[in-house]
Amino acid sequence: MNNSKNFFEIFSLAVAWEVDIEQLDIKFRALQKALHPDRYANKNDFEKRLAVQTAATINQAYETIKNPLSRAQYLLELVDLDASQETHITSDGQFLMDQMLLREALSEIRGSENAREALVSLSIEAQQTAAKIQSEFASQYQQKAFNKAFESLAKMQFAIKFIDDINELEAELEDL
Amino acid sequence: MALLQISEPGQSPQPHQRKNAVGIDLGTTNSLVATVRSGSEVILPDEQGRDLLPSVVHYESEGVSCVGHEAAEHNSSDPLNTLSSVKRLLGRGVTDIKTLGDSLPYEFTSEEGGMPKIKTVHGAVSPIQVSSEILRKLAERAELTLGGMLDGAVITVPAYFDDAQRQATKDAATLAGIKVLRLLNEPTAAAIAYGLDAEEFDNESQQRTIAVYDLGGGTFDISILRLSKGVFEVLATGGDSALGGDDFDHAIANWLRTELDLGETLDVYEQRVLLEVAKSAKEELSQNDQVELDILDTALVLTRDNLHQLIDDLIDQTLTACKRSMRDANIEANSIHEVVLVGGSTRMPRVAEKVSDLFGLKPKCTIDPDLVVAMGAAKQADVLVGNNATEDMLLLDVIPLSLGIETMGGLTEKIIHRNTNIPVAKAQEFTTFKDGQTAMSIHVVQGERELVSNCRSLAHFELRGIPPMVAGSAKIQVSYQVDADGLLNVSARELSSGVESRVEVKPSYGLDDNEITQMLQDSFSHARDDMRLRALREQQVEADRMLEDLRAAIDKDGQSLLDESELQCLQVALEELKQLRDNSDDHRQLAAQIEVVGKTSEEFAARRMDASIKQALAGLSLDDALK
Repeated sequence: MNNSKNFFEIFSLAVAWEVDIEQLDIKFRALQKALHPDRYANKNDFEKRLAVQTAATINQAYETIKNPLSRAQYLLELVDLDASQETHITSDGQFLMDQMLLREALSEIRGSENAREALVSLSIEAQQTAAKIQSEFASQYQQKAFNKAFESLAKMQFAIKFIDDINELEAELEDL
Repeated sequence: MALLQISEPGQSPQPHQRKNAVGIDLGTTNSLVATVRSGSEVILPDEQGRDLLPSVVHYESEGVSCVGHEAAEHNSSDPLNTLSSVKRLLGRGVTDIKTLGDSLPYEFTSEEGGMPKIKTVHGAVSPIQVSSEILRKLAERAELTLGGMLDGAVITVPAYFDDAQRQATKDAATLAGIKVLRLLNEPTAAAIAYGLDAEEFDNESQQRTIAVYDLGGGTFDISILRLSKGVFEVLATGGDSALGGDDFDHAIANWLRTELDLGETLDVYEQRVLLEVAKSAKEELSQNDQVELDILDTALVLTRDNLHQLIDDLIDQTLTACKRSMRDANIEANSIHEVVLVGGSTRMPRVAEKVSDLFGLKPKCTIDPDLVVAMGAAKQADVLVGNNATEDMLLLDVIPLSLGIETMGGLTEKIIHRNTNIPVAKAQEFTTFKDGQTAMSIHVVQGERELVSNCRSLAHFELRGIPPMVAGSAKIQVSYQVDADGLLNVSARELSSGVESRVEVKPSYGLDDNEITQMLQDSFSHARDDMRLRALREQQVEADRMLEDLRAAIDKDGQSLLDESELQCLQVALEELKQLRDNSDDHRQLAAQIEVVGKTSEEFAARRMDASIKQALAGLSLDDALK
């Protein structure tokens, strides 16, 4: 595949934060139908290899766009702001303070009596926070305020890591 | 130059021959082979009309004495040389086997870190060799029935098999002389057999979610799939590659041992007898409420309730895996439209009952759970080998277990997460931690745990020749590539200096290519001509495939994608290939020209692929416009 294409172009999508996921799914499946290595099982080694590489790129593009965090990261990479390092930290003191409180709340839930109810309400709060950050990111990105968007991305990383941790504890409580 | 015949579109110069493609279910207890005949999947039975081949191989001092039903008859009389349930050992290391404990009554040779082998009167044999005997037997059965050499096979593996187990399965097939078209996950195969994509879908956005619960003799898989028009997309998969009906037998055998006061140490004969009694008791309890056992002059009664107490914990482990997979797929039990039961162990009413409770659905099992996987594999094989050009089916599968690398302090850093779509390629950069460091040791692991010691170790290798630099300034890029079979390839290179070193690795519990070649040569050494003939035949088949394929491609896209001189170059190369194909009996000469044609057509292939990308999306926008 033409390597100069960015992930959005692969799906003929506009480079934007807003993505119609249903359309993405449909296009993803259409592309895999044409390019999956199964379609090339009967071809020579070069074509097989090419199909594996192309399908891998499409898979990576699909997952990057589908997941909001990686999509945000990728959008900023396209404007030369590399946020792939996890050490990237926000300087918003209030936000960090809130996060610390949330983390404390989470660690107190473990072993508490009505852990599951508490976890559900914490989860809702975390989802709301994440949604708010995402909409901030969306408008900053739209206005090409990329440095501000970069800051929001750092917050988004925090918020989503926190949701992951909630899910993990939830799984633990369900004994999974 | 010679003028080329250009055939009418749709009419290839050689009549299109139907290829011999089969699906093979290499099971823990039984194995099967199936093919597609007149559009539907059929199991190929043996001469006595039996579908199942017991996965049992009996050795005597000269070598394999028999495989399958006959071998199984030696089970009690010659247990140490009658190898069954070997699938549980495939791709496992010595330490894994120790954890399986006394469930496998064999003696092993144990080279530390290497592949364990089972001691028999014939000498030590590896699980890969034993599996290849079973595969060979099935391939012979198929060749006899289909009347010709196999063009390829799809071999099924538990979805939860790790890389080493998959590689071992593929090695066993290679050793049996089978061309593997694809390793296919068993639950995915079952979904195909049910054809759950049928005409229920009239447009691209309609979809259904199904769960395939597959409990076999030694493995358990759960896969959650999303089906849409022609596409089977695995959202998540989970399971336990060491949990199955065998474990139910062991639980019952342990109960018998306690009831009969037999103490802790039993010899292998007694163990086998207990297991056989346990197995038949289990099977009988699927029909009846209780079973009377007469063993060692003691009369015992095992009721269904007793049985449930013995096995409920084991079934609950499978349900936990189901919940975890639903969580991974981000799907609630109540949004699953259908649950399919696969594998002989789902015949137990208790299993079906508990699965039904979990999903709140009556599970579907209209196709024999022992046959369904081989049938799905046959369908996939038929499509892959090119027999069915109109079939629109596509499988999108995932990797079952995360792939990672060992970092400082014995921790795992995940590079590819579980349930990522395959094929996939990911790279990560690392650096040196000492001044002047010129080598770096890379340890490839698979599993979900944080500590490397809790994960499966797949391979160790060293990247050498790093130019000496200050600590932290080297850039070592480690790339993981997983192909559509779920098999991993790892390479590493140093970027910053422009110096590249590259290492390809294979899992430590498989065979390396040299070993396979050696073993293949050994098996052919008494028939060199045979081997040469086979090699020539293989190259001729490849040449025919290439000629047919490229001529069709030129007819279709030659004018639009190639300029005149490119087209001429390709046609000259093709004509030479055609000449050699018809006149040469030297397989190496033919192979060399195949390679020349391959090289000459690379650019054409790449352009065709780009064109098909454009076309795939263009087709869609048209549909959307019509909506």
